[in-house]
Amino acid sequence: MQVKSDHSLWDRIFCRDTTGCSISDTGGTIQIAELARASSLSMPLAAFRGRSVLLAARDQMPAALALLELDGIAARITLCPPDVPNEHVEAVAAEANAEMAIIGPADQPSWNLEHLTLATADRAQIRPLAVDRHQSCIATEWILLTSGTTGVPKLVRHSLATLAGPIDIAAPPDPRIVWSTFYDIRRYGGLQIYLRGMLGGGSLVLTSGHEPLADTLCRLTKSGVTHISGTPSHWRRVLMSRAIGEFAPGNVRLSGEIADQTILERLKTAFPNARIVHAFASTEAGVGFEVTDRREGFPAAMVGRQDGAVRIKVADGTLRLKSAHTADRYLGATNQLADDDGYVDTGDLVELRGDRYFFIGRRGGIINVGGQKVHPEEVEAVINQHPAVHSSLVKSRKSPVIGAVVVAEVVLKQPASTAAEVESEIRASCLRELAAHKVPAIIRFVPALAVTPGGKLMRNNT
Amino acid sequence: MSIRETILREIGRVAQEQNKKISALTDSSALIDSGLDSLCFAVVVVRLEDELGLDPFSDTENTTHPVTFGDLVRIYENASEV
Repeated sequence: MQVKSDHSLWDRIFCRDTTGCSISDTGGTIQIAELARASSLSMPLAAFRGRSVLLAARDQMPAALALLELDGIAARITLCPPDVPNEHVEAVAAEANAEMAIIGPADQPSWNLEHLTLATADRAQIRPLAVDRHQSCIATEWILLTSGTTGVPKLVRHSLATLAGPIDIAAPPDPRIVWSTFYDIRRYGGLQIYLRGMLGGGSLVLTSGHEPLADTLCRLTKSGVTHISGTPSHWRRVLMSRAIGEFAPGNVRLSGEIADQTILERLKTAFPNARIVHAFASTEAGVGFEVTDRREGFPAAMVGRQDGAVRIKVADGTLRLKSAHTADRYLGATNQLADDDGYVDTGDLVELRGDRYFFIGRRGGIINVGGQKVHPEEVEAVINQHPAVHSSLVKSRKSPVIGAVVVAEVVLKQPASTAAEVESEIRASCLRELAAHKVPAIIRFVPALAVTPGGKLMRNNT
Repeated sequence: MSIRETILREIGRVAQEQNKKISALTDSSALIDSGLDSLCFAVVVVRLEDELGLDPFSDTENTTHPVTFGDLVRIYENASEV
């Protein structure tokens, strides 16, 4: 099924002046204008026309280049982040009917996909296009992988229209804006920043998980990054770094996990002049809304409004969104993601307290203590209020007595000789603020918490 | 520290944390009347598992449920001898 499209990503970037716009990573800077009549791909664009292409480069730059060139040409682009294990890459390639794969110049993939035609995207091979790009442009399917689940990721079907929908194209291009993200651009949150960088007339600085955080922060500072996004877990790491000193982005964005008041307060202190926004988005439901008042949760008044691009409702305790940004379905599934009224269930549980809704966790992430429900995030929020605490992970532990008890792993800002004291202070505040069954039976201090490649706390039960 | 002393200490600690009054425990004290509710008891058991490396409650061979404090000490002592 090839639907004609009027505007590919390439068309939308180069329909205006791109002077001063660039994309950079640890390997250097590429001027966007250089790419206007050039290609970084090892095969002619014609070879990709109408094909299903797996974007499986290890680094982000080859993916960034290939996306720019292949939207409107390939029938389907599947964005595969580098942390996906080989056997999952193989399953994803099969599900997506991939015919070709794009890798980076130094990549030596060890997956077993011999039937795929391999091509590279490489800044070093950028050369003028032999033939003009302009031919009929098709509506490329953009396939994103779900994260945070165990087993083979689900393939979520988007298009440039659904992905770029949340971006304000009416705003005049502003070359002074420099975007960056701690997300991988092959994840929904990172892809949003990539597209803002490409379509917003500014520049984009890519981060890398292989680069020490202090070096990344230094590079972001030097590049004059103005807008940067990450998960609360990404930001907690940043706040621990000594290299934060000079870094002063004007716009700090959190998404992908619950932003509790503690992290919002700490970011306010670290970036006193920044606009700090926490946003709700998911791979399936797309960008929902942003909260600009620097308070956790979101105003209840946002729910049920019938104006605006995104409609929000709460049903059975979970947040549901309806907008033009939602994915339509999982690849291979026939049923639509949205219900009959057009709302996509985000699976995120919210609770109304006064005039505000608060996120209390994921459906399914619930701990059941003797029949009483505990949302780990609710307990983590209390633990994280302690000034010595950097981050925490609350989980379930099987109990032969009451089914499960709550246990907590806590990372301190610095190794404390007074851990026992901190432990009893944390316990005291939990006892004060939480019902008894929510208080961790065991508080264990650990040097670090596992974070998924997507930047979220690794939760075994979600 | 003996197993008995470890158990007594954990019970005392949990009771204090959860603000429960417990009666003096002897071998014949009924656990149900000790002042510890099942949540407290669950916390004691999970902590003892970490401390002693023993989880006699999850042992499917062991089908007797402790009634008295003496029973409780005994199942931990038995488990430690296996």
